[in-house]
Amino acid sequence: MKTTDSSGDVRLSGISKTYGSFTAVHPLDLTVPQGSFFALLGASGCGKTTTLRMIAGLEEPSSGTVHLGDQDVTALPPYKRPVNTVFQSYALFPHLDIFENVAFGLRRRGIKSVKKQVEDMLELVQLGEQARKKPHQLSGGQQQRVAVARALINHPKVLLLDEPLGALDLKLRRQMQLELKRIQTEVGITFIHVTHDQEEAMTMADTVAVMNAGRVEQLGSPADLYENPRTTFVANFLGTSNLIEAEVDSKSGDDIVLKAGDGKLVLPEARCAAPAGAGGKVLVGVRPEKISLTHADDAGEIPVGRNRVTGRIAATSFIGVSTQYIVDSAVCPELEVYVQNVDRDTRLVPGAEVVLHWSPAHTFGLDAAQDIDAGLEEEAAA
Amino acid sequence: MSTLTEAPPPLSPTAPEKKPPRRRGRWTPYWLLLPGLLWLLVFFALPMIYQASTSVQTGSLEEGYKVTWHFATYWDALSEYWPQFVRSVLYAAAATILCLVLGYPLAYLIAFRAGRWRNLIMILVIAPFFTSFLIRTLAWKTILADGGPVVGALNTLHVLDVTSWLGWTAGDRVLATPLAVVCGLTYNFLPFMILPLYTSLERIDGRLHEAAGDLYARPITTFRKVTFPLSMPGVVSGTLLTFIPAAGDYVNAELLGSTDTRMIGNVIQTQFLRVLDYPTAAALSFILMAAILFMVTFYIRRSGTEDLV
Repeated sequence: MKTTDSSGDVRLSGISKTYGSFTAVHPLDLTVPQGSFFALLGASGCGKTTTLRMIAGLEEPSSGTVHLGDQDVTALPPYKRPVNTVFQSYALFPHLDIFENVAFGLRRRGIKSVKKQVEDMLELVQLGEQARKKPHQLSGGQQQRVAVARALINHPKVLLLDEPLGALDLKLRRQMQLELKRIQTEVGITFIHVTHDQEEAMTMADTVAVMNAGRVEQLGSPADLYENPRTTFVANFLGTSNLIEAEVDSKSGDDIVLKAGDGKLVLPEARCAAPAGAGGKVLVGVRPEKISLTHADDAGEIPVGRNRVTGRIAATSFIGVSTQYIVDSAVCPELEVYVQNVDRDTRLVPGAEVVLHWSPAHTFGLDAAQDIDAGLEEEAAA
Repeated sequence: MSTLTEAPPPLSPTAPEKKPPRRRGRWTPYWLLLPGLLWLLVFFALPMIYQASTSVQTGSLEEGYKVTWHFATYWDALSEYWPQFVRSVLYAAAATILCLVLGYPLAYLIAFRAGRWRNLIMILVIAPFFTSFLIRTLAWKTILADGGPVVGALNTLHVLDVTSWLGWTAGDRVLATPLAVVCGLTYNFLPFMILPLYTSLERIDGRLHEAAGDLYARPITTFRKVTFPLSMPGVVSGTLLTFIPAAGDYVNAELLGSTDTRMIGNVIQTQFLRVLDYPTAAALSFILMAAILFMVTFYIRRSGTEDLV
């Protein structure tokens, strides 16, 4: 499929959904380019599924429009939209066998000779042998593949996936993530994938939109979202972040110098998502794996120019490839540090005095007016 | 108790509990079955045997009846009363179809569209049961009374001309006609149709409708290809629950019908209570039972409900 073709673009303009006084989705503008694998990521109740259902036509938007390519489909019922959905827990027709489930869409469009197409599609998802079984005779993973086949056989312009892997166990889920990614690359159809699993979104999608409370918090490539979160919600929901409250001291060149406790921290101005006037508050963020840990006795060996925070190890846990440390510091309690298990320093045990240091380039700045814990509970719940 | 030795832990009450309870539990299902089985034996199996023996007796009231294995009673009964058998099946079938036509939309409404009105509508469906069957049927006598508003309206709209031409009503009367009996049957057995329909419709996952719509099925196709097939268990049990009692009913024909609308139930009742010809009455009962069993078996085989989940 040509990448210049825009017939599979999904364009949402000012789309919103309210139920009585509750706003599920705030007016939202979003463009998903043809052929991309797009993920809507968020905790349950953030509006991601509602957004998906508005694209499918299963939910009527309270305002705004949905365009597929150049066609305005806002007023079209689901059965007239060139999109198909893989439903959460699949919604396979229990009274029809696998073959008829997959053939359903073709038959509804009046296509007579479905046999070849259905057989090819079942081959693609490796279910050729199961064609005459009923859905309840298949395992969860097989049912999931039937659901994908049933949607894909219609060659939709956009495939919508609503938590398609939620009912599978962890190992199968990893396997299906790769499988779905493979299928998407093969058929070149636009995939819009709704999930609460940040790892799933990051491994599969080209672009991720993180949603929270009916709004898109941030949109970007997985790496971009992870390295440059713009809000505390994104910083906490995607992976783990250490957020330290600091005060703007001065500017030097392209960097902002901040005061945290007695120490100074440096942050590239380009990576600060908050207005940084002198005296203003900023949350300084750094990912746990970016931090190095040095015992206080060796503090002199730390290269100059790195951000430093002193503290005492509160807890450690060994998890094979790395060791996770919780460090209590005067500037911030419970800082997390992940250290690769290359040369383990045996002095780094709970109670040890340590210095945390990292490159200023790995530091990001967030607006201190936000809830510092946003996204933490959601992640635990998801 | 001695103060020298420590009291042993109270073994006896807990000790048997620690054994695996499997052996004791083996008989539990049979114990639980026992009351039901006894009930069935005393109030179903024994009367059936008694009736069966009655049906092959000969004799008279004065001299008493004896078992003479006189199977000819069956043939005589059938050859004399076959029109009433046919009528019973036709009326019951008509009432069943009417119940399905009236009940399905209502059950569908309650299951999918009623929202917070669901419970209220359900109560309204069951409400007639709070009065006796007899009184409800008598009320229909008033509703369909000659010169009443219903008959008057039907007359004005010339509906009665059509139904009279079809032989369902007679002139400008509705009472004492087949239509009246079928109306009574339909009314009385409608809840038995609605409740199983509702139960099986309500069990259908709403996402299946969405999935069908998503796969290009218009609402009417969704109903034809998804909703209706999935509600088949309800359709089958609803039609059985309506047809079986309606075929054996005699109250509606008695109160709303005439001598021309007598159903087999009326014949059996008359034979038992007025003519006092017990063998014929018992033979008729058995023929009715056999006929219904035969039709139901055929029906269930045809509808293929055992294939449904």
